[in-house]
Amino acid sequence: MWDWIKIAVLGLVALLAALTANFARDLAYQVHALIVMAVAAGLFIYTVRTAGEEKPAATGYMDGVVRAGVIATAFWGIAGFLVGTFIAFQLAFPQLNFDFLQGYGNFGRLRPLHTSAVIFAFGGNALIASSLYVVQRTSAARLWGGNAAWFVFWGYQLFIVLAATGYLMGATQSREYAEPEWYVDLWLTIVWVVYLGIFLGTIVKRKEPHIYVANWFYLSFIVTVAMLHVVNNMAIPVSFMGARSVSAMAGVQDAMTQWWYGHNAVGFFLTAGFLGMMYYFVPKQAERPVFSYKLSIIHFWALIFIYIWAGPHHLHYTALPDWASTLGMVFSIILWMPSWGGMINGLMTLSGAWDKIRTDPIIRMMVISIGFYGMSTFEGPMMSIRAVNSLSHYTDWTIGHVHSGALGWNGMITFGALYFLTPRLWNRARLYSLSLVNWHFWLATIGIVLYAASMWVTGIMEGLMWREVDAQGFLVNSFADTVSAKFPMYVVRGLGGVLYLTGAIIMCYNLWMTVRGQKEVSAAAATPAE
Amino acid sequence: MSTDNKKPPMPASATGVDERPKKRSILDRHKILETNATLLLIFSFLVVTVGGIVQIAPLFYLENTIEEVEGVRPYTPLELAGREIYVREGCYVCHSQMIRPMRDEVERYGHYSLAAESMYDHPFQWGSKRTGPDLARVGGRYSDAWHVDHLIDPQAVVPESVMPPYAYLMDKEITPEYMGDLLSTHAMVGVPYTEDMIANAEADFYAQLDPFSDGYDGLVARYIVDENPDDDREPRNTIVARNFDGQDAVTEMDALVAYLQMLGTLVDFSTFTPEEAAMPR
Repeated sequence: MWDWIKIAVLGLVALLAALTANFARDLAYQVHALIVMAVAAGLFIYTVRTAGEEKPAATGYMDGVVRAGVIATAFWGIAGFLVGTFIAFQLAFPQLNFDFLQGYGNFGRLRPLHTSAVIFAFGGNALIASSLYVVQRTSAARLWGGNAAWFVFWGYQLFIVLAATGYLMGATQSREYAEPEWYVDLWLTIVWVVYLGIFLGTIVKRKEPHIYVANWFYLSFIVTVAMLHVVNNMAIPVSFMGARSVSAMAGVQDAMTQWWYGHNAVGFFLTAGFLGMMYYFVPKQAERPVFSYKLSIIHFWALIFIYIWAGPHHLHYTALPDWASTLGMVFSIILWMPSWGGMINGLMTLSGAWDKIRTDPIIRMMVISIGFYGMSTFEGPMMSIRAVNSLSHYTDWTIGHVHSGALGWNGMITFGALYFLTPRLWNRARLYSLSLVNWHFWLATIGIVLYAASMWVTGIMEGLMWREVDAQGFLVNSFADTVSAKFPMYVVRGLGGVLYLTGAIIMCYNLWMTVRGQKEVSAAAATPAE
Repeated sequence: MSTDNKKPPMPASATGVDERPKKRSILDRHKILETNATLLLIFSFLVVTVGGIVQIAPLFYLENTIEEVEGVRPYTPLELAGREIYVREGCYVCHSQMIRPMRDEVERYGHYSLAAESMYDHPFQWGSKRTGPDLARVGGRYSDAWHVDHLIDPQAVVPESVMPPYAYLMDKEITPEYMGDLLSTHAMVGVPYTEDMIANAEADFYAQLDPFSDGYDGLVARYIVDENPDDDREPRNTIVARNFDGQDAVTEMDALVAYLQMLGTLVDFSTFTPEEAAMPR
């Protein structure tokens, strides 16, 4: 019965997509309709061929989807870093905006591709995969909802493909980190609600009395991102046959809503979710319990309550009313404390096991990631102070700040989790090579240092050059002067990106060889225990 | 509690054993949330809603959020088409449209930006990064020819520039066939496009490319409205109409330059005073 419903729905979707492709008003919408048509038709054929087959009863943990998530994380990571490195060099050498790619390969279209690829494709897949792994282990239960987990995985990949190809073809709402157009947003909403259902359902059927702390963070990340996504993407499509939509809000209210979203994409996607990762993988790898249970309660509630207020610090001295930006600044500074609460809880989990930093490169990766978390959660509140922000805003300093967080904290903790997960998910005795992990660690770390340091220099330099006046009160520098002064540092930044990318490629080789180069150990088939 | 020695037993309050009622700290009560997934979900959702409500909702009803100024009007169809190209190409990634009230910015870019100036921007284009200069008041600063040359090959005009070339806009012809839909969608979200404007969107689109065309007077009559009919002053005509790219064909370059040339020109800052703008009418 269920198969027949699926077949009917898929057939209908394929047909509607074909019609849409025919009547589409713009290229992006047309191509997307064709992609949807192809996917629906493929699934239609697959479902018809397998209809009525007996499916083996599912037992044990559901790890297939986590394995797929690990592969997707590594793949999108490389893609995102590659685009990032390329656009870094575009800023140093504008000739890289090739004539033959005009309209597709210019910086303005590739930059959203880079940000979405690393945040939502790399980070998002890491979050989904790790959360589905962690919630099963800490609840001692198989994922709720059966194949719904596969729907979330493939639905999310479809979202990424639609978003990424859309940017290249010019379909964008121009809301930073929320660029995808209305139909892609609607699709993500469906996928996300199913994801929430699976996650919550698994917690509900847990065999452990308590919900483990990592799951609080994952849960609040999923719920809050749903709220942010829905509110910030409120828009009316110009036509159901075109990609373009008109944002429901305008000007100052729109700016406030966007940065409420934008900052909490950092706060919940890149912080709360990744803290969930930290709370599982760091204690596991260190083989030590979480440092303080009370601290985790306090910093969890403080973090999620306070983060939501910090958005207006992106709008200091703009046309946003002062009361709002003052609130944003005050809460951003308060936010320093719960952030460091999380850092302390993560770092101190190593008490009694500090020697592992010397012997275990994976632990070292996790520790430096928490270290970068601490640094960027100090830098952030500092930059949210009006006086500092008046200098740093609109400059490369901001870019350096987000990269020390994204490359340092999000990237490194994800690499640590991937190194932890791969041997376990594929039942291999150990990683292929720890010395390659070491290489990855140093390449990535030096890459981040080059990146952050060069952006501090250009950011502060251009901020000071813009405001420099001579004795008569005239501006000293033309804007073009500041651009040319930044050139050497832009090259350094690009090299930092190359190092980071190289490290990630080494990781992929290492993970590949872990799975391909070793025999499977007949570990006791994973059963809901622990 | 009995002991063998003869000393009287210590009071329970001193030993902390027995009678003293156990104090439960608030953290102990966290068990309730920690063992109930639904409660945890609801509670954490409530906690994260507060900040947004307090910061966003008042912006819609506090009257002094958006200044009362003359001259701010909806975009004409050609300007709006240009704005669509600005959005599509990701110009906001490197150019802000928000001048802060600091000495150097006012000196470099002009009067600080008012909230009213972006009140019809769906979505806003304030930007967050200045890899290139602010564009909030770029309108009228350069000639059309400068913009066209600069967009075709930025480094030919500004050697230090790192801006990508947009020469292909010169070849992309543009038609206003969906202009009416775009205007009416904007009207749905509160931009005061009248039915007259929506019905004439295509004509107005072409009229702005030629100030001597038949449609030009209609375009001005629709978009330049006298907000204070009581005084004697005529409203400023802020519509720039001409063949922007110098070609016969109507291209995306026309639309983009038309948009750039009107940016920041709507409010007449020779008569603007912040105090007056802040006063409710």
